[in-house]
Amino acid sequence: MSDADMTELDDIPIKRPVRWHIAVFLAPAFIVYSAIMVLPLIETLRLSFYNLVDGVPTFVGLSNYRVLFGDLRWSHDFWNALRNNLIFFAIHMCVQNPIGIALAALLSTPKLRFVAFYRTAIFLPTLLSFVIVGFIWKLILSPIWGVAPWLMSLVGMKSLFAPWLGQSGPALVAVSLISNWQYIGIPMMLIYAALLSIPEEVIEAAECDGITGWSQFWKIKLPLILPAIGIISILTFVGNFNAFDLVYTIQGALAGPDMSTDILGTFLYRTFFGFQLQLGDRSMGATIATVMFLIILAGVSFYLFAIQRRMRRYQF
Amino acid sequence: MSNRARMSPVRTGFVHLALAAYTLIALFPVFLTVINSFKDRNAIFRSPLQVPLPSTFSLIGYKTVLGQADFLNYFQNSFVVTIASIVLVLLFGAMAAFALSEYRFRGNALMGLYMAIGIMIPIRLGTVAILQGMVETGLVNTLTALILVYTAQGIPLAIFILSEFMRGVSDDLKNAGRIDGLSEYAIFFRLVLPLVRPAMATVAVFTMIPIWNDLWFPLILAPSEATKTVTLGSQIFIGQFVTNWNAVLAALSLAILPILVLYVIFARQLIPASRQER
Repeated sequence: MSDADMTELDDIPIKRPVRWHIAVFLAPAFIVYSAIMVLPLIETLRLSFYNLVDGVPTFVGLSNYRVLFGDLRWSHDFWNALRNNLIFFAIHMCVQNPIGIALAALLSTPKLRFVAFYRTAIFLPTLLSFVIVGFIWKLILSPIWGVAPWLMSLVGMKSLFAPWLGQSGPALVAVSLISNWQYIGIPMMLIYAALLSIPEEVIEAAECDGITGWSQFWKIKLPLILPAIGIISILTFVGNFNAFDLVYTIQGALAGPDMSTDILGTFLYRTFFGFQLQLGDRSMGATIATVMFLIILAGVSFYLFAIQRRMRRYQF
Repeated sequence: MSNRARMSPVRTGFVHLALAAYTLIALFPVFLTVINSFKDRNAIFRSPLQVPLPSTFSLIGYKTVLGQADFLNYFQNSFVVTIASIVLVLLFGAMAAFALSEYRFRGNALMGLYMAIGIMIPIRLGTVAILQGMVETGLVNTLTALILVYTAQGIPLAIFILSEFMRGVSDDLKNAGRIDGLSEYAIFFRLVLPLVRPAMATVAVFTMIPIWNDLWFPLILAPSEATKTVTLGSQIFIGQFVTNWNAVLAALSLAILPILVLYVIFARQLIPASRQER
């Protein structure tokens, strides 16, 4: 066979039937996801550059952003919501996640009994809707019903009780703590699963070296579950920066008292959908949604590129 | 396991004490709601912490709630939306996960990445345009709108979890099926799907909770009387009956029940059998 024949043979494409089934398998998910999620998201980003001029949607460049950051009324509300959201997030990171990790560590104690019961009970609040959680806590913290003052009187702190949800300072902390109470099950479950996946041999080797109890947790287990802690941190971040429901059910769309519990989600809702006398503003709603998108994107990118890359993963 | 250092009973005691204390915090508010929903009005106010006694027992709250025909309708809407969305998420998610994990084709990695974006970016941010689209297609105030949104919301995580599991299904099995002349569709539906059932249960739980409890989309896309979900319905019910505590507490207790039942059904699959239970 000459060289020419060889090249000719190679040039003939291998006849392969089009694998239609791949397209059929992918199509439904791709279509629904693109049409309901991705395209509206892009459309929302686009809308933030448009506004009604004489009733006609017109491209206005960055002027919506100038209003949001420049107009005193808008920028005051925006920075207030962002600051509250940061406090909301900080409280989740400092209270919910450490307690969740501690509970998971306690649950993974070897040969502990009633584990399934504890796990289900602690996870229960996570299953409840915000409406239930919000209302139950409003009742408990209500001075009229008197459950919280009575409980505090048991430990001799009745004088410290105040109607926290109605005071502009403590309201945000109270709402954050209620949210912590509700969601503590998620870090607990994820960390618990991570702790269980640590192989027996590693723990046994540590025990042979005399590392047990607390020091075993700090020196052996904690480094091994760091990736899981990274995941719960970013989940908390994303969840907190589009939170809305709990504030809405406890404090209403106005996020009272005096907007002290206003976070980006409630701010977006009020702006976009309107409330009471204020009319909904689609363009400004899209602008706020875009800013929230950028905040979340920044957080997720920071996690993916700065934290997750550097995290050491151990292969067993 | 036998050579494990034994925990001293004192330490075990402290572990139980700490866990029990937190369990109490987690359960107390729920317990408080449920016991008070069975009491008459005076007893709710006079002694909120007392369990219902024969003298204070009353079902008046439940009668008020169930007397409102709407409430049963809300439950029905929630069930329709949640179950339809879970079915679609599982079906579409599993099909896409199979395509991505089984076949090598151009753009595979890109497609996987595209689908993964939705895990991190919340669908709520697109609400402005979603509402606009639903208005244009006439889907506002229909359950279809909610089902579509929740399906889109659930698909990314479903694909992520299910494709991990599908990579673990033995190639020999699938190839044996191919030699026997099964089509790719039959391989997916008859061989692979039954094998990833535990993963499907996990996806079902993670998809179900946010859908059942969501307030945002029902409030914006389907607030009409006929399409209210139980979450939105009870939010409005609380607003109207704010002074009728019997009714509110009964409504809340009823709203806890279905999600609890669904959770108990799936719970065994959520976490692999732990060391203790093995």
